[in-house]
Amino acid sequence: MPDRKQTYDVLVAGGGNAALCAAITARQAGASVLVLECAPRAFRGGNSRHTRNLRAMHDKPNDVLTDAYHEDEYWDDLLRVTGGNTDENLARMTIRASSGVFGWMKECGVRFQPSLTGTLNLGRTNAFFLGGGKALLNAYYLTAERLGIDILYDTEVISMNMDDGAVRSVDITYRGFPETVHARCVVASAGGFQANLDWMREYWGDAVDNFVIRGTPYNRGRVLKNLLAQGVAPIGDPTQCHAVALDARAPKFDGGITTRLDSVPYSVVVNKHGDRFYDEGEDVWPKRYAIWGRLIAQQPDQIAYSICDSKAFPLFMPSVYPAYKADTIEELAVKMKLDPVKVRATIDGFNKAVKPGQSFDNLKLDGNTTLGLTPEKTNWARAVDRGPFYGYPLRPGITFTYLGVKVNDKARVLMDNGQPAGNLFASGEIMSGNILGKGYLAGFGMTIGTVFGRIAGQEAARHARN
Amino acid sequence: MRETEAIANARREVEICNACRYCEGFCAVFPALELRRDFLAGDLSYLANLCHGCRGCYYACQYAPPHEWGINLPRTLAEVRAETYAEYSWPPGMGKVFERNGTLVALATALSIAVVLILSMAISAPGRFWVARPMEADAFYSVIPLWAMQIVGIASFGFSLFAMAMGARNFWRDAGPKDRVGIVAIAIALWDVLTLKNLGGGGNGCNDNSERFSMRRRHLHHAMFYGFMLCFAATTAGFIYHTFLGWPAPYPLISLPVILGTVGGILLTIGTIGLFAMKLIEDPMPVARQLLGGDVALLLLLALAAVTGLVLLVVRATAAMPLAMAIHLGFILALFLVLPYSKMVHGVYRSAALLRRAVERNMKPLGGE
Repeated sequence: MPDRKQTYDVLVAGGGNAALCAAITARQAGASVLVLECAPRAFRGGNSRHTRNLRAMHDKPNDVLTDAYHEDEYWDDLLRVTGGNTDENLARMTIRASSGVFGWMKECGVRFQPSLTGTLNLGRTNAFFLGGGKALLNAYYLTAERLGIDILYDTEVISMNMDDGAVRSVDITYRGFPETVHARCVVASAGGFQANLDWMREYWGDAVDNFVIRGTPYNRGRVLKNLLAQGVAPIGDPTQCHAVALDARAPKFDGGITTRLDSVPYSVVVNKHGDRFYDEGEDVWPKRYAIWGRLIAQQPDQIAYSICDSKAFPLFMPSVYPAYKADTIEELAVKMKLDPVKVRATIDGFNKAVKPGQSFDNLKLDGNTTLGLTPEKTNWARAVDRGPFYGYPLRPGITFTYLGVKVNDKARVLMDNGQPAGNLFASGEIMSGNILGKGYLAGFGMTIGTVFGRIAGQEAARHARN
Repeated sequence: MRETEAIANARREVEICNACRYCEGFCAVFPALELRRDFLAGDLSYLANLCHGCRGCYYACQYAPPHEWGINLPRTLAEVRAETYAEYSWPPGMGKVFERNGTLVALATALSIAVVLILSMAISAPGRFWVARPMEADAFYSVIPLWAMQIVGIASFGFSLFAMAMGARNFWRDAGPKDRVGIVAIAIALWDVLTLKNLGGGGNGCNDNSERFSMRRRHLHHAMFYGFMLCFAATTAGFIYHTFLGWPAPYPLISLPVILGTVGGILLTIGTIGLFAMKLIEDPMPVARQLLGGDVALLLLLALAAVTGLVLLVVRATAAMPLAMAIHLGFILALFLVLPYSKMVHGVYRSAALLRRAVERNMKPLGGE
């Protein structure tokens, strides 16, 4: 049992990838370290538990990455997804540092799997953790325990008490009981606030009741809100979140990767009134899946239904939930509690609008389009006419929020007046808005967490010693 | 394979695994399940027997208990495995012996020892049982005649081999591959059996009782397996010496049968006692409790067969030899008799499952992120 009366060199708020990278690095630099994880042990690790890989720059193939992924290509990819909503200095620093993390990760017991085919072709850009994010966390926690880092589970940070730009003490609840702990330096690695539905409601209204939170229920943004209330500079649009289309039957929290649904490009998607509302075939799915969460969030009751026929059904991976299946469109509509007449009319209208004589190719943008619909379907448009028919209900699934705390290149948190905080650092989701202000690149969250976790740990340990 | 509750639960879990696929680097089970979308009971039997129980996927699983989906593939597949042992056993109806397997194996062992002991005492001339014999030709056979050993040994072992072969046939019909078995597939499967590649968590070993990896189980299983094989080789060598070369037992310390048997016996003892000890400290979550009795019974039977063999070697020139030999042969008889009705069958079905995996090695995974 850790002695909670002592003053630690470094206190880390959070228990995910970024937190553990900071804690281990600080400990390796000689600091005494306390990690406060809000979740119970079984659910430790925040959203890192649901991750699978890390995007890394590399100039030549290695044991876990194929080919090469140079800094400029990486930066171009980031620029494209963020639409320029990034900080080039911090971004390029992160990208360059990403090439040098593997040795340290492997020393910490993290294992990678040889690059695989069929994983969105990410084998070139992303290194896959053997067993996924929870296996990575297990390795980090074992390393942390071996190094003598004190870890408290079921421990929520209530307030980081700041005075004159420095954290003087930290109020926590340990297994439900209030306590105060002290540390010379503090690293905030406590994630975003997407699991705090009341906070989300401020921007989205009651629509949040129909949102699915893909990750941990413990990312309630308590540390984030507490810091922003004490003069820490915010970054990122508070109203924005990363939202994808999920099977509507997914659990409210923690469904992770398996509830995703890739049916949209080969389907007709209608809202609860049976009307189409967006071009299902606008682009390949990996480039579009992240806009569909928002599209569905804007529909009545935040729900949509993806309908396809037996020609299209084998073209995509099913979700973990079985599709609704029926021999006629009307029966399918009834099973999904939609108006059968309306859905029938929508499908008939769609089928009539499909330009005849096109050749279908699901492997590329095939240009198969409808003519005369609002909106058109501009690729993979084929008549939905061969039973049995299949349907899936869709909901917006929230991955993370963009609001965070502003940091400099030493992972030091910046105050509203632009001055760095005295002893406060940040890593991971809570500061990723500095670099990723919009959109997402697969595996980039783990890259930011690892790189900034290492910097924050290093800097906090150094600062604590001085 | 029948549709059972265990099969239904395995199907539910495997379908979630198929949508996740994070564990595909651990072992053969995951690449095998990625080849299909629909899992027939036979497919689940195949996957269950392909699973070596390394538990890597349990500790890595984002959906493991207490998550509401409660994914615990090592336990779930072990539960299915237990049912397949009963399902495929021969003659039909013998499946019931897998229900209380630990008790049954223990009873069979006790009975075998008692029978051998009583008969060997009865056969001996009055007053001749408790007497030291000079270590010369036929010393052992003055306790139990050679013909009796051979008839009982060949009959019991022969029956067991036949019953296990029938079990393998039943498995293959229900859970075997559709394609032809090629020579390359056989070679790959044999390599996987001999190296226990899949008991390696993707190269890091098993999770014994926590998130920590270790090669301990794999090494202990190797000691047990190769120790067993050496003992078998020792017996075969003795048989060849006696039957074809006309050299009757007992053999000197520096002789092929004794050296093979001694090294094998020591390895077998280390392996079985080590694996038993690991059962005492293992995390109960990813294992199936109902299999524990049968597992432990077989481990201890093998251990005692090995230890009594070594004891026999040590005391063979003393008056304790007849007793030691009767007890040792009692354990051996028990082992021969329970082979097809014990945990031992896992070797048959796992090898067959590895063969199917090798046959299907070039099939492409369906879908995927």
